[in-house]
Amino acid sequence: MTASSTADPASARAHARAMAGTRVEAMPTVPATASADRPAGVEAEAMLWAETIAPGGYAAKRLDRGARLRLIDLEGDACVSMLLFNAQQPIERLNVADTLKVQWNAYLGAGRLILSDMGKVMVSVLEDTTGTHDAFCGASNAAANAAKYGEGDNWGSHPNARDRFVLATAKFGLGRKDIHPCINWFKGVTILPDGATRLTSARRPGQSVTFRAEMDVIVMLANCPHVLDPRPGYTVTPVRALAWRGPPTPADDPIRNATPEGLRAFLNLEEDLRR
Amino acid sequence: MTIAPKLEGQVVLDEVVPARAPWTAVVRKGQILRIVDLEGNQSADFLMYALEDDAERYSAQDTIAAQGNIFLREGSVLRSNEGRPMAVVTSTSVAYHDTIGGACSCESNTLRYGHHTKSQHACVENFLQGNARFGHGKRDMVSNINFFMNVPVEANGALGIVDGISAPGLYVDIRAEMDLTVVVSNCPQINNPCNGFNPTPLRMVIAG
Repeated sequence: MTASSTADPASARAHARAMAGTRVEAMPTVPATASADRPAGVEAEAMLWAETIAPGGYAAKRLDRGARLRLIDLEGDACVSMLLFNAQQPIERLNVADTLKVQWNAYLGAGRLILSDMGKVMVSVLEDTTGTHDAFCGASNAAANAAKYGEGDNWGSHPNARDRFVLATAKFGLGRKDIHPCINWFKGVTILPDGATRLTSARRPGQSVTFRAEMDVIVMLANCPHVLDPRPGYTVTPVRALAWRGPPTPADDPIRNATPEGLRAFLNLEEDLRR
Repeated sequence: MTIAPKLEGQVVLDEVVPARAPWTAVVRKGQILRIVDLEGNQSADFLMYALEDDAERYSAQDTIAAQGNIFLREGSVLRSNEGRPMAVVTSTSVAYHDTIGGACSCESNTLRYGHHTKSQHACVENFLQGNARFGHGKRDMVSNINFFMNVPVEANGALGIVDGISAPGLYVDIRAEMDLTVVVSNCPQINNPCNGFNPTPLRMVIAG
């Protein structure tokens, strides 16, 4: 029998410190300025966040107004459920119904706005190479994952998006009541004439969505299989989150001015920022 | 079915919600809540919470995902954010009801219609006031049901609140599958057709 390498504090410390530098696929790059995959034209110093979120994993980040966030579906089978809060006053949050109703459209993509429940724009979608997202079916939950995979707990192998959000919200002093209807990126849901939902997603490795924070936001992401995913196995692939500093939206921005409803969502925001 | 069936069991409540007003109730497991659209095309904005754990509440997204359809029809199971059945639409004389349109608010009215509508009464105001009875606040606002409201989605993604498919006397019955607190906003909206541009009363009956 060999002697334990962690029998006393000094050896346990050495054992722990020997792990430093280990690299796995799903991990944050700290500092983000050291990330090797920053977007073209973005200076290292502008990088705010670089993290690969595991299949079944979650992450959250506070981003200031003007920041850009890109989600990259590295292998083409990610499903990123998103919650959004106003970082200054988290009681204001994403409202999926208003986001669709105000824009008179069921589908999200480049040029669309993500709206709060207080009549303001939270985030704009700058670029989208996917074209299929989902504002209807929401986060998977423990019951759905248990029925599909045998269990769905945070401490198991098949975490569900809602319980991921329980943890993410808790870390910002928020809780179960703050988990609002979410948006799922990369997995699309189309509505048929009789109202039926149809999952419409193609596997496109490297597809990405790029956002611009219009207000200071807390963004929470859970990368779990879509609740309508018909595959029997827990199938989801890693997603890369990259964020960098950017200028706030100027008055002549084409997305800001694209529709009268959207313009008023910017005007309400700008009025709120007038101090 | 256009004639509302006789409700089983004792009627424990039967009242009229005035136009534009909030309404709240506790509905016990097994009881039926009937909402009657007395004058036709009057949106009944509806939210519910589990009585024993009010962080469990109606979830439009879980309901849509589980039934694979955005419309609520007879037989629809209304689910919570934990995926559990909260209530079932046991009977309705309207072809379908909405759960994607959300509630009108003073704030969203400014986006949809202009800032001149900011001071108009709205469903979120009703929900906040009604829900205060249960100690609920803004955190408890989530996507709701709009009984008697019509929100189609067209093939190109166009979505909107359009002319209703309800009529005077049409109804919806839901049976509670757990003890519930219910809050309804009798929608005061006058800028779109969800109330026929004329908010009218609703009748609420609880039986069983």
